Amino acid sequence: MSTTFDTVASIIAETCDIPRDTIKPESHAINDLGIDSLDFLDIAFAIDKAFGIKLPIERWTQEVNDGKATTEQYFVLSNLSGRIDDLVSAKGA
Amino acid sequence: MRLEYFQLIDRILDISIEERTIRTEATVPTESTIFEGHFPGFPLMPGALLIETMAQTSGWLVIALLRFERMPFLMGATDVKFRRFVKPGEKLAADASLVHEGSGYAVTSARIKADGLVVCDAEIKFRTVAFPNAEFRAHMEAAARLLEFPHAVALP
Repeated sequence: MSTTFDTVASIIAETCDIPRDTIKPESHAINDLGIDSLDFLDIAFAIDKAFGIKLPIERWTQEVNDGKATTEQYFVLSNLSGRIDDLVSAKGA
Repeated sequence: MRLEYFQLIDRILDISIEERTIRTEATVPTESTIFEGHFPGFPLMPGALLIETMAQTSGWLVIALLRFERMPFLMGATDVKFRRFVKPGEKLAADASLVHEGSGYAVTSARIKADGLVVCDAEIKFRTVAFPNAEFRAHMEAAARLLEFPHAVALP
């Protein structure tokens, strides 16, 4: 059974044409993988579909812009995977 | 269609908030300078404008679902298929359904039919943002009235 990170990494590899083996849990989607906002919305769409959730991208972006959070909290893939797990758990609660 | 104003649909036939669907209609003009170049002696509705027709149909659906609070801007189109030529004077029936409403974006599935047959279809993505100013929103509301946007259904 694949982990959340594996699914996310596969989505990123396919959506952005990035070699799968270069995508690590510690990779930062923007700083390390060079994913731009347009591609990230495609990734969000694929994640939303795969997990049956709605990633709160706008809220996260606002928190970063307001200095209430860092991009690492949301866009380092291990952290992103954790957020996804939280959203999936919340949905099932 | 008023190609010179980039108005690709003539009328919104209906919007279903529950079903998250829309139907529109449009008639391709018989004459336009566009057909002088596309193509001389063989006028065809450009595929790019058919995509725009599907995008505008989808866009009005998204505006309705977002209660005129946000504006959808075209972000991309995938799986676009043009199944046959569309010629001047043809009557088109477009429809779209919401595939997904994400955080700050929306995805629709849209198609255009002529004579009951699908002439093109696509999946269309929009970035949705708050209207940048009141003037723009007022313009869109005026455009909606011209297209017979069903405010009673979409804005109860």
